[in-house]
Amino acid sequence: MTFVQNLTLFVLAAFVGYEVITRIPTNLHTPLMSGANAISGITLVGAVVVAGEGSTTLATVLGFLAVVMASINVVGGYLVSHFMLEEFSGGGR
Amino acid sequence: MAAETGILAENLPQQALPFLYLVAGVMFIQGLRDMTHPRTATRGNAISSGGMLLAVVVTLLWFDIADPAIVGAGLLVGGAIGAYLAISVETTEMPQLVGLFNGFGGGASAVVAGAELVRAVAAGGGLSVEFTVTAAIAGIIGSVTLFGSLVAAGKLHGLVGDFPVSTTAGHAAKVVTLGAAVLAGSVLVVQPDLFGGVPAAEWVPSYWVLVLAASVLGVFLVWPIGGADMPVVIALLNSYSGLAAATTGFVLDNSALIIAGTLVGASGMILTVIMCNSMNRSLTNVLFGGLGTGDDGGEDMEDIYEGNITETSPEEVEMLLEVADRVVIVPGYGMAVGQAQHAVAELAELLEENGVDVEFGIHPVAGRMPGHMNALLAEADVPYDKMRELEEVNPTFSQTDVVIVTGANDVVNPRANEADDSPISGMPVLNVWEAGTVIVNKRSLSPGFSGIANPLFAKDNTSMLFGDAKESMQALVNEYKEQMG
Repeated sequence: MTFVQNLTLFVLAAFVGYEVITRIPTNLHTPLMSGANAISGITLVGAVVVAGEGSTTLATVLGFLAVVMASINVVGGYLVSHFMLEEFSGGGR
Repeated sequence: MAAETGILAENLPQQALPFLYLVAGVMFIQGLRDMTHPRTATRGNAISSGGMLLAVVVTLLWFDIADPAIVGAGLLVGGAIGAYLAISVETTEMPQLVGLFNGFGGGASAVVAGAELVRAVAAGGGLSVEFTVTAAIAGIIGSVTLFGSLVAAGKLHGLVGDFPVSTTAGHAAKVVTLGAAVLAGSVLVVQPDLFGGVPAAEWVPSYWVLVLAASVLGVFLVWPIGGADMPVVIALLNSYSGLAAATTGFVLDNSALIIAGTLVGASGMILTVIMCNSMNRSLTNVLFGGLGTGDDGGEDMEDIYEGNITETSPEEVEMLLEVADRVVIVPGYGMAVGQAQHAVAELAELLEENGVDVEFGIHPVAGRMPGHMNALLAEADVPYDKMRELEEVNPTFSQTDVVIVTGANDVVNPRANEADDSPISGMPVLNVWEAGTVIVNKRSLSPGFSGIANPLFAKDNTSMLFGDAKESMQALVNEYKEQMG
């Protein structure tokens, strides 16, 4: 895609994000943050490609490092969020 | 990007990859939409993680992964560390863990952008301006996020102490490191003729100088910020980790990163603004202002408190609760520190069983991250419809018999409503003093984060229940059980 197409995506996603997230109640702000946090681990998608393609040794080492950091972010973020939300649904009786 | 020779790329049309990324993006958005209600939130989190799994699996099967062992090892190591941290963490350590995860996300984005630069240089051909500019931005935001988050998590965990140098020196350090990062970024973009239009070495030195400078900048940005301002910092770093991912998406020309990263950027930014508004302070003031210099002086405090402090005991408070129809509990960071949430929840449940109307009044910046009190109370099985926001609970205080403030201070300070020049002037607070009786449970009369005295403690209808939050609340529970049971 061209730079401007990517920019279009960026701007529209920002508006969607704004509209959706302003409707989330204060109660859920902590799980929202850790869930959103996990989503930012999407950089894992880029990390696995650079780590796996075996370009130069340096690129591979950096890629590996990025895969580790991003998967801590993804797995940890979703799990923390999940455990917390279980508490909330339990408290909703 | 790498060679598109994976099993999916061979068998599907070229448009399939961006299409599947779009599906993942929609799953992220739907996941966040489900977060608007506690009933659907768990499902939302599952949908969101499904989107992530889809995006990663599709990527692995689309591109040529020459070294599956390296990728697999990275996923296993990272996944295991993440799972271990998530499972073993105590609820009270949640703010620093969320902060730490933010940091890793941002750091990963900065490293991916760097690795892509290295790869592109090794592959030959020129680097376009869009490519280098977005890589520089991703590098700066990602590195600030990583090191800022490490410092924030360290402060929350008590590993990092107060800022060691003067505020002026701190500001100077920020300016110098930001300048260095921008300069290194300019070198990366322009790549002076000196180097023949290409980076000085295959490892793109200018990028890593930029990363180094931005990392130091991250440290200096967060270190001087005090504990009670942490909700703002954590939310802002959350936003940055998303923006770093989005910018890396521009570097890699990857729509999944742009959509997902931007959503997180927006989410963190909204939380940041909410937190700032709840303190009636600008983001600039939180980040660069500093608060609680303590110039208010001890004399002033003695003047206010002298002869006006009424001390009470669990026995007396219990008697008040016996005749109360409506009780509001206002928790603060002290409840988190003392791990008193279970005792508080038990007290609320006992009161409910005896026909008392009990609610929790929660200030948005109570605690160390957005929604901190709500998360703690939910852990202690307090129903979420009992947790009331400031705007909801404030009009009800005049019909409330007893308010129990536990571990909170600045968020119940009446001076905020006065137009003097106190550090908290204009901050929305819980008007607890409008209730019949206010019980303030606190270890001492020491000031909160703002460093100013709290006239609430000296009011006629306020009594101080001195002691640790957990012990005091447990004593109340025991006393109430004894009398009513």
